[in-house]
This record gives sequence, structure tokens and C-alpha cells, in this order.
Amino acid sequence: MATRVREADAITERYEMVVGLEVHVQLRTKTKAFCKCSTTFGAAPNVNTCPVCLALPGSLPVLNEEAVALAVRAACALQCDINPVSIFARKNYFYPDLPKGYQISQYDQPLASNGRMVIGKNADGTPITIGITRLHMEEDAGKSIHDRFPGASAIDLNRAGVPLIEIVSEPDMRSSAEAGAYLRVLKQLLEYIDVSDVNMEEGSLRVDANVSARERGETRLGTKTEVKNMNSFSGVERALEAEFVRQCTILERGQKVHQQTMLWDGARGEVRPARSKEESHDYRYFPEPDLPPLRLDRDWISKVKNCLPELPQARQERFAAEYSLSAGDIEVLTSSPALADYFEGVARQSDDPKAAANWVMGEVLAAVKTTGQKIAHFSVRPADLARLIELVRDGFVSNTAAKKIFVAMVETGDPPAKIAEREGLVQVRDASELEKWVDEVLAENPEEAKRLRDGEKKLLGVLVGQVMKKSKGRADPRRVNQLLSERAGS
Amino acid sequence: MAVTRDDVAHVAELARIALDDARVNDLVRELNGILLHMDELRKVDTEGVEPTAGVGDAGTPLRPDEGPQIPLDRPREKFAPAMRDGFFIVPRLSTHEDVVEDEG
Amino acid sequence: MSTEHPARDAVRAAFARMEEVKAGRDGLNCVLWSDSGWSLDLAKEADERSSGVLAGVPFAVKDNIATHHLPTTCASRILEGYVSAYEATVVKRMREAGAVLVAKTNCDEFAMGSSTEHSAYGPARNPVCPSRVTGGSSGGSAAVVAAGIVPIALGSETGGSVRQPAAFCGVVGVKPTYGRVSRYGLVAFASSLDQVGVFGATVNDAALGMEVIAGRDERDSTSADRPVPRLRFDGSQRLDGVVIGRPREYFPDSLDPRMRERVDAALDALRGRGAEVKEISLEHTDLAIPVYYIIATAEASSNLARFDGVRYGFRDNGDEGLKGMYEATRSHGFGPEVTRRILLGTYVLSAGYYDAYYKKAQQVRTLITRDFGDAFDNGVDVILTPTTPTPAFELGAKAEPYEMYLNDIFTATANLAGVPAMSVPVGTIDGLPVGAQIIARHFEEAKMFRVASVLEHALGANGGA
Ligand SMILES: [Mg+2]
Ligand SMILES: [Zn+2]
Repeated sequence: MATRVREADAITERYEMVVGLEVHVQLRTKTKAFCKCSTTFGAAPNVNTCPVCLALPGSLPVLNEEAVALAVRAACALQCDINPVSIFARKNYFYPDLPKGYQISQYDQPLASNGRMVIGKNADGTPITIGITRLHMEEDAGKSIHDRFPGASAIDLNRAGVPLIEIVSEPDMRSSAEAGAYLRVLKQLLEYIDVSDVNMEEGSLRVDANVSARERGETRLGTKTEVKNMNSFSGVERALEAEFVRQCTILERGQKVHQQTMLWDGARGEVRPARSKEESHDYRYFPEPDLPPLRLDRDWISKVKNCLPELPQARQERFAAEYSLSAGDIEVLTSSPALADYFEGVARQSDDPKAAANWVMGEVLAAVKTTGQKIAHFSVRPADLARLIELVRDGFVSNTAAKKIFVAMVETGDPPAKIAEREGLVQVRDASELEKWVDEVLAENPEEAKRLRDGEKKLLGVLVGQVMKKSKGRADPRRVNQLLSERAGS
Repeated sequence: MAVTRDDVAHVAELARIALDDARVNDLVRELNGILLHMDELRKVDTEGVEPTAGVGDAGTPLRPDEGPQIPLDRPREKFAPAMRDGFFIVPRLSTHEDVVEDEG
Repeated sequence: MSTEHPARDAVRAAFARMEEVKAGRDGLNCVLWSDSGWSLDLAKEADERSSGVLAGVPFAVKDNIATHHLPTTCASRILEGYVSAYEATVVKRMREAGAVLVAKTNCDEFAMGSSTEHSAYGPARNPVCPSRVTGGSSGGSAAVVAAGIVPIALGSETGGSVRQPAAFCGVVGVKPTYGRVSRYGLVAFASSLDQVGVFGATVNDAALGMEVIAGRDERDSTSADRPVPRLRFDGSQRLDGVVIGRPREYFPDSLDPRMRERVDAALDALRGRGAEVKEISLEHTDLAIPVYYIIATAEASSNLARFDGVRYGFRDNGDEGLKGMYEATRSHGFGPEVTRRILLGTYVLSAGYYDAYYKKAQQVRTLITRDFGDAFDNGVDVILTPTTPTPAFELGAKAEPYEMYLNDIFTATANLAGVPAMSVPVGTIDGLPVGAQIIARHFEEAKMFRVASVLEHALGANGGA
């Protein structure tokens, strides 16, 4: 096994991977693309179906405006040209979860084309830009469940007709790592513009890959295969590697890769050819006669464009300028718009970006993870965390106490001051109280007290410790220190 | 262009219609008889003529993203050939891992 | 008859007439489904509301339009016993206007035919001469009006399926502008050509029905947002200043001289009312049939894919797997003509042929539409032609598919161009009714009905036969 891997590495070194990705994204609408049925995930089977999405004889589609708005939004964020007239087409094929026997999609006149997305930087700092061939609207199919009843497939059409966008990239990626980066940046972008839940587990984002291999230096494209059935970004990367090795091995033997669809088997970690019928690709596309062309006037498009939120790249640049944080911190803090919003809330209200960054990347992310909360609804509101930071800065609570208080805030959602009081974690700064403790400690430790007065300064720390102990950690160590020094001096 | 037996078999496969040999032969004859007339169109000069596509210059109307769902006057069980636990039931695909056609 | 219950009286009369003329399977076979008890309950409600322009008027609906309670089978085995879970917009509007549904009528399977012989329930027979066809595909609806069972019936048009049977049965038949009437609930044959049409015993019966069903429907994206004008006119008025086009392509030398004579007599009658008749040319007319059959079958092959035995209707599990179920269901569910058209349509769309057939046909369709536009731009108000080349033919007379297709030669052009057209009786040949077709510009139904009313009035009852 190990040796085979080494062989593979040797072979793949002579070849270059060429990848293009087709990403299907479910749009975040309340109702389906062509009927008024709900799009909620996880309803009882076939409850969200009507004459239209059941394809009852005589029913007709009517397009959902929000689906168009979200698709245009995504197209703008991907810097596509938006076509003022786009045409819906029927993609004809039989499958039990495709009620009409055709999918309403777009073919030779898609909603948008010719976009681009930066997925990172080359060694020399130049941006890695991936071209977007097209972005078109279509409807989702239902679900076929093959393992529920013996010998039968169970069809649930709740998902049938949910609006999708299909984003097709140019074959611009040269490694599985670049493909992974493309997917992560795309997911982040779609989250920022809030057009989808982009959740690969729930299937709101699905990826198919076109892969080919060619000898390094070769400029023409090799024969590509389509790889399907990946259900995670890392799965996509592993599938691409496996398929690339397969193709390289074929080419190395002087044989030809033939164009086919490969299915990724994540459990086995291998790709195998899909048993597809040869005619399954004769989709007989033609313009959907039930829907006139989609016409978008310039004003409407620019209205959508203008209400685009701040995109990841812009936000990262702003964070660098406004909060002077390290590139690493910025990457973490802008990974999702919710996290970035949370951080900004804390940073602005505490007026201490550095502390805010440390708290958010440390305690907050840890707590969100362990309690399984969503940052957007995290039990500690930014204002409260900002207040906690102020309490520490102004010496009302110690750093150690602050950590305890935060834990209580996560559990109760109470404001920090209230918790500090309740738990008695407010530092005592009242002179008379502190002097009382200091004098007691000096009285209880006459020997040390004497040596301190004789100038044995190192005992200061010991005695401070005693006072802190006596105060159960509530004394303000700086003030205790001062007092003891005064005593020693006198 | 004449329709062959293979053409008829191919489109029958696409259309999920099973045909016995006799019927295939009839259809080859009938479809060729019809397509003969269709070939008349070849003679027409349509250089630069836009194909008719869709109606109305206004473009497709858009509906607001809201319910209520169009109700069914009869329960699904009343018109479905086979239902179980709320699912429509069909014979299983011979190769059900074949998701090639099962795409969004 | 008592008069407190006009709706119930009218509905009882309709069912009595059905009996009398043997409208059922064993007779004219123009009615497929009816339920007198259910219709009388509706009539009772209508009597209680006694409102709406069609209060208490019994009507019939072609079996490819979705209705409550009664089956909607499209005269196909694949929808055997299927009752729709929703109601078509046009049926809802008729009901809300007070009309009472009394019958679902026979038709060619999925409206694919020109004789109502291609019905899974056997051919309908022409009330005027039962050995002859009613025409089709909406033959049953034409027949129930011709037989005096109802004054108004709904049919559907794709290439002449209302006008041609109207002409064969001697009634008025109207195909509105594409988009004038909602298709929601009309089982699709060829979506870019389909329109719901109306049959009437008189021009004004048809006009009234059209006024009720026409108008924008938010459930049909192709339905036009245009106000619906009044379509009923006083037939005794004059037509001074109205220009009627007579396209030479619709009067070929091969045309039965008696047919030419009847239609020219109609033109003379309109001249007598002050109209001007102008010779015109619609040069691409002879291409209508090939264009029509490419587009219609292509769209049909896709529209009929939903009949797969999965969610509703007929299912035959076949012997093996999902594909076996699909093939058994569709092979046994569809009749020969429907199968033929699905395969033809699949062929013209399949890889390699799209441009040669479908795209080319859509381009020539554009030329046919321009012909009409040019004629109307040159001052023609309406165009008048024969509705069909011949009167009703004997059952079984047209054996070859293409021979049958040629019945639509004068009617398919209006569907391709999307313009409104109607057929009005203009007499008989050997006792068989013949019709004249009046064609108007998009959304100018009012002009068309005005000329039709005057023609009807000028020729007298039954087109003066
Ligand atoms: Mg797709
Ligand atoms: Zn629905």
C-alpha cells in the first residue's frame, strides 16, 4: 500500500491537475421557486407539495421574485455580467424525484456569466483568481430514499422545486488544495451576502468536479471526467486526488482517459465509474414555454447591487486598518460574518480591539464550541463582554475573576457586574479594609514583617500572597503591594 | 434525413416507451412519412430570423415570496398509485447508486 | 316548468336532452362523465345565489380541463379514474358566474387529433350525421352544443381543435388570443400553442362564455394582463369602414368549389352590411402544418413526461425495476397517436436535430406571425377564410397520420401566430355544416366578435342553410 502511494506520487509529479467545479446552492427563500410551498427542511414527507410541485396535470409555474433577487445578489458578489434577458429551459430526463419529467433550468441564456473570484495569493503575493463561467437559476429535485423499504424506493417531494443557483467555474484550479480553497472562499462569500445556509450536510450546497490531467508544460486540456457524490469539502479534495492518481496511472500506461462520470466513495476512499445509461445525457433542452423570458431592468439590478453587504475581502482590509490586528487574527475574526459582527460589537463598545480580539478568539470561540451555540445567538451579548473588559481594565475585577465571571455569563446570560457582586468577585479597593488585612498579616507574621522592614524586599511577594489569601482573592493586589511597601518603609 | 430503426429505438428509450419489433417498423414508416413534409422547411430562407420564444414583451411575472400553499382538494393517498408512510413508492432502480440523473 | 328554480330546471332539461339524443357511450359518445345528482346540488346553490351573468346556465367541459368531482382523463387510459385535486381557473370562473357543470366531454387523447376518433373511450359521432366525425380534438364539446344539450361548452385549441369541430358540427367556436385565457388546469399538450376555447350555440353565447373566462390569472405566467372588453354585439348593425382580408392561400384551386362558394357568399353578406373585402396574401401559410407538428410534438413529448405512474393515474409495474414500471405504464397507458407524437417530438428535440427541426420551425413560425402583422398593418381589420377544407368526413376515413394532420391546414396558423380566431356556421354542403373562420389581431377579439355577430345575423339561423 505504502509503496503504491509512493509510486503514485512519482507519477503525479510529471502531471498537472486541472479542475473546474460546478456548485449547486439552495437559495434561502420562504417558498419554492415556482409555487408557494414552504422550503422548510425536515418536514414530514410530501407535506410541502401542491398541484404545481407534484406536477399534477394542468398546473403551471410562477417565478418567485426573492429567488431572482438572491440569484442576482450572488451574481453581483461574483462580479458576473448579469444578462438583462435570460431564458428558462427544460432539461428533460426521467427520475422519480423529478415530478414533471423535466427540470426547469437555464441553458443557452443564463442569468449571469463571466465572473471571477479571488481564492488566495500566490507565493509572490499576486492574487489567485478563478473565473466564473456562468451562474444560472434552476429548481431542485425531490429526494429518493433507496434503503427504507425493501425492493422499493421512497419518494419525498418536499425539496422538489426549491430554488437553486448553479455556479460553474472555469477549469482554473491546478490542485485539490486550490479546489478546497475555492469552495471555502465561495461558502464564506455566500454566507456574507446571506443568500443561502450553505450547509453541505443538509445538502444546501452540493459540489460536482470536472477533473483532467496533463503533462506539466502542456497547454491543451486533457480528457476530463466528472466526479460526483462528495459530501464535504475535504471529501472533494480527497476525491480529486484519487481521481487524479487514477488518470495519471492510465496516461502513464500510454492509455486514454475516457470521458465518464465517477462516483466518490468516501468510506472506501476511492472513485468508481457510475453505471450511467449512454442516453442519459441527451437532455433535449428547449425554451420553457410556460415561462416568458426573465427580463431584469437596469434599475432593479443596481438596486440589488447597492444593498450588497460588505464582502469578506473589504472587511478584512478594514479590520487591518481600523483595529490594527495581525493578519492571522483577522482571518479568524472574519471567517464568518456573524463572528466578525460579534467581534466588532465588542471592540467598539469596549474601545479595546486587542482585548476584544483575544476574548473572542479565546473564551468566546471555545464556549460557542463546547455549548454548541450559534455565535449569532450566543448567550453572552457583545455589550456584556465589552463591559467585562472594562471592569478588568478599570481594576474592578481581576483577570482570574473575569474568567470565572465569563463562565457564569455563558450559563446565565447575566451582566458581568451583577455576577461579580453575587459571586463576591469585585476587588476590594477600600483603604481601611485593605489596611486591616495588611496589619493582621504583619501581626501574624512578625518575623517576616521585621525582615521586610530590614529591607528584605523579596518577602514583599510572600506577604502580598498572604493578604490575597486572607481576602479570598478579592483584594486589589496593586494596592496591597503599595500598602505593604509603605509599612516596610516607615 | 431518414429515421432508422435505431433512431426509433433510441427515442423510445428516451421517452420510456417499450416497442415490439412490429411497432418499430410501423413507426419508422410513419415517422419518415411525416418528416418528409417537415423537410419542406429546409427550403425556407430563415437567415437572421429570430426563432419565436416566449410570449409577451413584459417578461415573466414575478410573485412575492409568500404562501399560502395551493391546497389539494383531495388527499395524496386518493390519487397516488402507491404510498407508504407519506412517501410515494416506486420499484427500486436496478442501480440505485446511479445518481447521474439525480442532480439538482 | 316552474320558475322558482330556473337553474335546476335548466340542468334537468340538459340531462333529459342527453338521454334523448343518446349522448353517452352507446350513442353519440360525446359525453364521457356526468353526475346528475351532483349537478343538481350545484344548481340548487346557483338558484339560492341566483347571481352572475351565467346564473343557472348548464355547461360542459372537455375532459382535458381539471374539474372537481368528475374525472379528468384526457380520454386517455393513463389517467383512468383520475379526479383532479384542484379546479381549472376557467371552470372556477364559470362556476362563480353561476354556470352549472353537467358533463365532461369526449376528445382525442390528450387533444391529439382532428376527429375525436383517437379517444380511449371510442370515437364521438356527429349529431348532424352520426356516421361522420365531430371533428376534434374538442369534438365532444362541439357535439353537446350542436345537440342542444348546453348553450356553452369549453374546449381547448392547439391547432384548430375548437374551430374545426365547431365547423363540422355547425356551431360557433372561438380560440382567443394566446394569453387571453388562463391555461391553469388545462392539461398541457403544446404549451406555446394551447388555449382554452369556447363553443356557443350562437355568437353571443360564445361571446358571453369568453367574457367570463378571459382575463389575467396569477397562476399562469403566460396569461396577459389586459382588460377584457364586452364581446357581445348587435348583429343588425352595419360594418361601414371595416376592411376584411381574403387571403388567397386559403382559397387554393384544390379547394372544393362549394366550400369556396359558401365562404364567398359570407363575404358578400358582409359587403352587403358595408364592409370592404380586400384580397391579401399570407405567403407562409402552406408551411403551417410542418411547423405546427414539429413544435407541438416537441412540447408534447416534454409535457407528457409527467405521466410516469409515480404520483397519480395509471401504473403498470411491468416485470423489472423502475425502468420496467415506466415503460409498462407509458406503453400501455398511451394510445398509438399519442405514442407516435411523443416519439416524433422526442426525435426533433434529440441531440443533433434541434437546429434542423425545432429551431428552424420556430424561425418559420416567426415568418408566419409576421404575415399576419403585415396584413393588419396594411389596414385589414379582420381576415376571413374557410375554417376547414371539407365538411365532416366519415369515421375511419383518414387512415394516414399526415392526411389527418392536413385538417388543421387553415386553423394552425392562428395558433402559431397567437392571434384570435373563430368559426361561424355559413351554411351546409350536402346537409353537412361548413364554417367560415374570422381572424383578428392580437387582443382584438372585440372586432372579431362584432363581424361574427353581423355575419350570423345577415345569414340567418344555421348560416342560412
Ligand atoms: Mg444543474
Ligand atoms: Zn408546491
